[in-house]
Amino acid sequence: MTYLAKPKLLRADAPRNTLGYTRRDYEGAISTLCAGCGHDSISAAVVQACFDLDIEPHKVAKLSGIGCSSKTPDYFLGASHGFNTTHGRMPSVLTGAALANRDLTYLGVSGDGDSASIGIGQFAHAMRRGVNMTYIVENNGVYGLTKGQFSATADKGSKSKRGVVNNDTPIDLVALALQLGASYVARSFSGDKEQLIPLIKGALRHRGPAFIDVVSPCVTFNNHPGSTKSYDYVREHNDAVNRLDVILPRDQINTTYAPGTLRRIVQHDGSILHLRKLDTDYDPSDRVGAMNYLQERHALGEIVTGLLYVDSSAEDLHRYLNTVEKPLNQLGDAYLCPGSKALDALNASLR
Amino acid sequence: MKPTNIGGHDYFHKVVDCQWACPAHTPVPEYIRLIAAGHYSDAYMINWRSNVFPGILGRVCDRPCEPACRRGRVDKEPVAICRLKRVAADLKDDITGRLPRPAKTNGKRIACVGAGPASLTVARDLAVLGYQITVFDNGARPGGMMRSQIPKFRLPDDVIDEECGYIIGLGVETRYNQWIGSLRELMAEGWDAVFVGTGAPRGRDAPIPGREEAAKHIHIGIDWLANVAFGHTTKISKRVIVLGGGNTAMDCCRSARRLGGDDVKVIVRSGFEEMKASPWEKEEAIHEGIPIINMRVPKEFRHENGRLTGVLFEIVRAEYDGKGRRSLIPTGEPDEFHECDEVLVAIGQENAFPWIEKDIGLEFDKWDMPVLNEKTLQSTLPNVFFGGDAALGPKNIITAAAQGHEAAISIDLFCRGKKLNDRPPPQFNLVSQKMGIHEWSYDNQVSEEERKKVPVKALEKTLKDIKLELELGFDPFMACAEAERCLNCDVETVFTGKTCIECDACVDICPTECITFTANGEEDDLRGRLKAPAKNNDQALYVSEDLKTGRVMVKDENICLHCGMCAERCPTGAWDMQKFFMQCAEAGTEAKRT
Repeated sequence: MTYLAKPKLLRADAPRNTLGYTRRDYEGAISTLCAGCGHDSISAAVVQACFDLDIEPHKVAKLSGIGCSSKTPDYFLGASHGFNTTHGRMPSVLTGAALANRDLTYLGVSGDGDSASIGIGQFAHAMRRGVNMTYIVENNGVYGLTKGQFSATADKGSKSKRGVVNNDTPIDLVALALQLGASYVARSFSGDKEQLIPLIKGALRHRGPAFIDVVSPCVTFNNHPGSTKSYDYVREHNDAVNRLDVILPRDQINTTYAPGTLRRIVQHDGSILHLRKLDTDYDPSDRVGAMNYLQERHALGEIVTGLLYVDSSAEDLHRYLNTVEKPLNQLGDAYLCPGSKALDALNASLR
Repeated sequence: MKPTNIGGHDYFHKVVDCQWACPAHTPVPEYIRLIAAGHYSDAYMINWRSNVFPGILGRVCDRPCEPACRRGRVDKEPVAICRLKRVAADLKDDITGRLPRPAKTNGKRIACVGAGPASLTVARDLAVLGYQITVFDNGARPGGMMRSQIPKFRLPDDVIDEECGYIIGLGVETRYNQWIGSLRELMAEGWDAVFVGTGAPRGRDAPIPGREEAAKHIHIGIDWLANVAFGHTTKISKRVIVLGGGNTAMDCCRSARRLGGDDVKVIVRSGFEEMKASPWEKEEAIHEGIPIINMRVPKEFRHENGRLTGVLFEIVRAEYDGKGRRSLIPTGEPDEFHECDEVLVAIGQENAFPWIEKDIGLEFDKWDMPVLNEKTLQSTLPNVFFGGDAALGPKNIITAAAQGHEAAISIDLFCRGKKLNDRPPPQFNLVSQKMGIHEWSYDNQVSEEERKKVPVKALEKTLKDIKLELELGFDPFMACAEAERCLNCDVETVFTGKTCIECDACVDICPTECITFTANGEEDDLRGRLKAPAKNNDQALYVSEDLKTGRVMVKDENICLHCGMCAERCPTGAWDMQKFFMQCAEAGTEAKRT
């Protein structure tokens, strides 16, 4: 880890997006995580995704819980709104924020401890309620801040750095998300940004709960032989079912694909998801099929990655609760306090 | 692409752009760090070894290093390398104790013709090896063109005296006021080798109508500058036109401004950008109220009763053919007349060797230049060597010093009966700068300050006194701030593929996005596929061996800030910051090696 701020000097030809920002404008403070931490790669992927999507930084709210992963929102989108909640409570704070102001893009960042242990109830309910958010779990299988004990996502039979074997059955957050109603479910690997960046972009432009489980090796406590979340293991056992390209409405499509190799999904905001099939006939619109496939591959020790499920016509919490469109902080006094006549009319209607 | 060979000195030397661009390959970042640390004498000695005249060059060098400086690619302006060199010279302690002592004589006698930078460099390099050096010059003091042509307000005499004195003090015999009229006679004196460092002493003339008639009021620039330098010329008319667009023209116009010229103009054939003068010299001339008028070809000197009245110019525009060659095409506009009382012609310099007989076996080419081996600087007479402007045509002081070093190596090899082409290699090493988890032996925090301007004396004062040095030089605080702008390009990013786990930490942290992990390919293809496309084809890509995933690490050195963040972020130490220090071989280097 470094304590020096990144020099501000830029290359003269640094690309700018349509807002005139460079990638560097989407960065945050310098990371204090261990050198080589997968989480830093995820931060870089978030930076790239927001840059590519021309997102205005002040229109993003990034929320997190506690843990190594939950420190990371400090390291990207320095000009966005942020909230570090208590341990495991990011989903409910985010739900409240989303209800109060639907104009922002909500990005929840959590870890395997924060979401699969202390916050598993919160995670489950955010998914089943259909909160419009991107939920990223930076999953390294260990409690890094407390020196590397197994977390709830550690695979049965995997070994800790000290050689202890894990006997507990792992929680698969992707399987849970699928079951609980997330409408965009993906898994990726911090060491594969080509796959990860489009997945984040697709999630940010998705309406409804978008969940991404990112396997993110802990270089300090979980990157040894015997670990199933090390750089080497994930690279050897990565079963990517598809490759995603996110195409914005303004973009021209000038690539062609052989028939049957591409699946085109239009999201509610007009962005298009191009899914290039890899070696398998995987159908990302088949939720039950996805769950079965995941279980089968997991039994073989494989880690299935890619966009595993997407429902572009799904609704979200705002629709279910019929919330007001305007952010609450923009509703004027007259609207919030319509006067005694309106109250009388309301009372009369209930009599 | 094949993995980059970082074993020799070539690859990393080229990353240190300033050192690569310097003809004498001065280890620039090393001395700049020493200046930042206040170690001025150490900084001076590093310079002294490489370029012999740090105080002089710190004022008047052509600075090939500055356009090459990497800082210029990521910031508005490069590091003020040249003026930092002056700081080392100005603020150093007495360094006489650090100078080498004259060695015991080896019985070999070398004659150096001319006491300019090339000859004096040869003298210095060989005197310390025991050669008996005799320097001949027609002037009364050493320095050559540095003394005769560079105005005193840019380069005061005492700086020349000091630095030439260090060399003469090594036991070099001097024969001033002695004109060598015949190489044959000189060689008959039995010297073991003769070095010719006589410069390019002849100014080019403008043979257009009226030149003869108005001759009294038309002067050749370099001759006029010499007369000014030695006090023979102390004034000039009010209205002066300087013809030419090189650095001599800039020295002429600025000198004329100080000797009574109120209305001094520079009129040039070429466009402003193509002028040969260094940008900063043009700036300084303009700063002194001298207009530069471009795209004018002199046609005629107008005169009345032997008095010059002005110069007539044809107006042209530049056209370039397919090969980029320029021709000046008249625009058809009416000719332009500029009134003046005197003209200084500074349109180029030529070599002249009237004192070298054509029948002594020293061959000349069709341009009347000596036929030389460009590497060894040996002429077709095996014991006669050339250097400086006399060798390969007029260039600059730093090139003269570099050639002096090469000639000294050649002369030493020649006198020891060795092959001249077996030249001693440069000495270099590469050492890790790691001191702790994020501690390096260099200051890796990149300064974001802008280039400091050198303070100058008030213009009203300096325009009145041609001997008053214009620039004051940096004070220690400014020098430190300017030195901190150096990116330490000599602290190299060294990559070890075997230990890399491909975690992307270096890619994510790099502020200028110069690191990419990708599938290997041909160079053109790779350059376009990098995280930030590598557009500077002059700077090689750093390509690793195949990594575990089959990919390679490719680094574009072009805009690396050498901030060391990749190495700080690397969990396995696959990246390390290692200082590359290289000095060119000196004469006698080979002998010292065992």
